[in-house]
Amino acid sequence: MWKWLHPYAKTERAYVLCNTLLPWFVVTAVLSLSIGTLWGLVFAPADYQQGDSFRIIYIHVPSALLSMSTYVAMAVAAAVGMIWQWRTAYMAMIAIAPVGAVMTFIALVTGAAWGKPMWGTWWVWDARLTSELILLFLYLGVMALYSAFDDKRQGGKAAGVMAIVGVVNIPIIHYSVEWWNTLHQGATITKFDKPSIAPEMLWPLLINLLGFAAFVGAVSLVRMRNEIIRREIHRPWVVLIAKQASK
Amino acid sequence: MQFDSFSEFLNMGGYGFFVWLSFGITAAAMVAIVIESRLAQKRLVREILAEQARKDRIRGVKSPSSNREQQL
Amino acid sequence: MRSGVYAAMFKREYTLAFRQKAELVQPLVFFVLVVSLFPLGVGPSPEILQRIGPGVIWVAAILSSLLGMERLFRDDFQNGWLEQLALTDASLAGLMAIKVFTHWLVSFVPLVIVSPLLALFLNLTEPMYWALLATLAIGTPLISLVGAIAVGLTMGLNRGGVLLALLLIPLFIPLLIFATSAIESAAMQLSYMPQLAILGALLLLAFAFTPFAISYAVRVSLN
Repeated sequence: MWKWLHPYAKTERAYVLCNTLLPWFVVTAVLSLSIGTLWGLVFAPADYQQGDSFRIIYIHVPSALLSMSTYVAMAVAAAVGMIWQWRTAYMAMIAIAPVGAVMTFIALVTGAAWGKPMWGTWWVWDARLTSELILLFLYLGVMALYSAFDDKRQGGKAAGVMAIVGVVNIPIIHYSVEWWNTLHQGATITKFDKPSIAPEMLWPLLINLLGFAAFVGAVSLVRMRNEIIRREIHRPWVVLIAKQASK
Repeated sequence: MQFDSFSEFLNMGGYGFFVWLSFGITAAAMVAIVIESRLAQKRLVREILAEQARKDRIRGVKSPSSNREQQL
Repeated sequence: MRSGVYAAMFKREYTLAFRQKAELVQPLVFFVLVVSLFPLGVGPSPEILQRIGPGVIWVAAILSSLLGMERLFRDDFQNGWLEQLALTDASLAGLMAIKVFTHWLVSFVPLVIVSPLLALFLNLTEPMYWALLATLAIGTPLISLVGAIAVGLTMGLNRGGVLLALLLIPLFIPLLIFATSAIESAAMQLSYMPQLAILGALLLLAFAFTPFAISYAVRVSLN
C-alpha cells in the first residue's frame, strides 16, 4: 500500500522531491503571509476589548500552533526513521528541529509582548506559557544531542529517541489549559462550528496560519537538502549538483 | 481600512510598541533562519567544490608520474 | 532459567554499587547541601521556608539524581559489559529494567530516608512530610526510568554531563509540578490524591514503555 513512498528513502530521490516541492511552499508562504499580515494589520476590525493590541494574534496563534505541530511532525519523522530504517527520515527530523525552535521562540516573544499590555506583565508562570518554554527546551535538547555526536547516523537515531520521548509532553501542553485554568484565555480557533471570533478577524488568522505552515515547510525543505548534501558529500550526484549550483 | 492615517496605523491605538515589537522580532527571526539555511547551503557547495578540486589535483599529479613509470 | 539471569544481574549490580560507596554517598551529600543552602539564601524565617520547602526539596532531588545518573551505564559501557549483555539471549529491556531498579534502590531509597531531616530543616508540617514521602516514593522511580533513556543515549559521548541535564530537566518539569502541588495541597489540609494519581499513572506508563526505550537507546550507543 505504501510502496510508492519507498523510493524516497533513497537520498537522491528525496533531494529531487525537495526541489520539486520547494517552489510551491515558497509561493504559498510568501502569498499567504503578505495577504494575511496586511489584512490582519490594516483591514481587520479592532477588538472591542483589547483594541489594536489583539493584532498580535495574527502571528502569536499561528506560531504557537505550529510550534506544537512541528514537534509532532519531527517525532513522526523520527518514528518513521526508527521503524522503517530510513536515513532520509532522520535527515528530515534534523531539518525540521531548528524551524520548530524558531516558531516556539516567536510564540514566546509575541506572547510576552501581548501579555504586557493585557495582563500588565511580560511573563506569567501560566501553564501554557510554561509548556511552550518547555517545548523550546525540548527542541534545543534534540538539536544539542544531535550536534554532540560525530557520527551523524548515530546522532540522528539518538535525537530521534529524544524527539519521541518529548512528544509525551505535547498532550500535556494542549490539555494544560483545562488542568490548571489560569490567566490564559481559552483557545480561540479550534471551535469551527461556533467560533468565538468574528469572521472578518478569523479569515486573516487562517490565511496567516497557512502562511506560517508553508514557511515551516519551505525552510525545512531547504534544510533537508542541506542535510542530504552534508551526509552524502562524497557521492558523485552530490558533486554534480554542487557544480551546477556554482555556475 | 481601519486606520485614517499612517501615523495612526503606527500608533495602533496606543499599543504600537507591543504590536511592532512582536511583528519586528517575528520577521527578524524568520529572516534569520532563512538566511542561515541559505548560507549553510552555499558553504556546503564551496566545501564540495574544494574537495573535488583537491581530488582533481591529486589525480593530475598521479597520472603523469604513472606514465613516466611506464616509459622507464 | 530466565529468572536466574535476572537474579544474577540484580546481585551483580547491587554488589558493584556497594563497592563504590563514595559514588553512592556523594549525590546524597549534594542533595542535603543544596537544600541547606536555601535557608542561608532566603533567610531563616520559618514561614518562607515552609512555603518554598516542597519545591526546594524536589529541585534538589532532581539535580542530585542527575549527578548520580551519569554513572548508571558509564563503567559498563567503557569496559564492554553492555555489549556482552546485548549479545545474550535474555531480553535487553528486562536486564535494563533490573539495572535501573537497582540504581533506584541504592541511590533514591537513601534519599527518601534522609528526607525527614530535610523536612525538619525546612519546617514542613507533618501532613506535608507524608505527602513529600509519597511523592518521592512515586516520583523517584519515574526519574530513574526516564533518566535512563537519556543516559543510554549520551553514554558514548565524552562531554555528556551538561547535555544530560539539558535533555532531562525539561522532561522532569511535569513531575516537579505535580509533586509540589501535592505537597502544597497537604499543607492546606486538602486531599492530594489527584496529584498522586496522576504521578502514579505517569509511573505506570513509564513502567510499560521505558525499558524498551532504554534498551533501544543502549543499542544506538553500542552501534
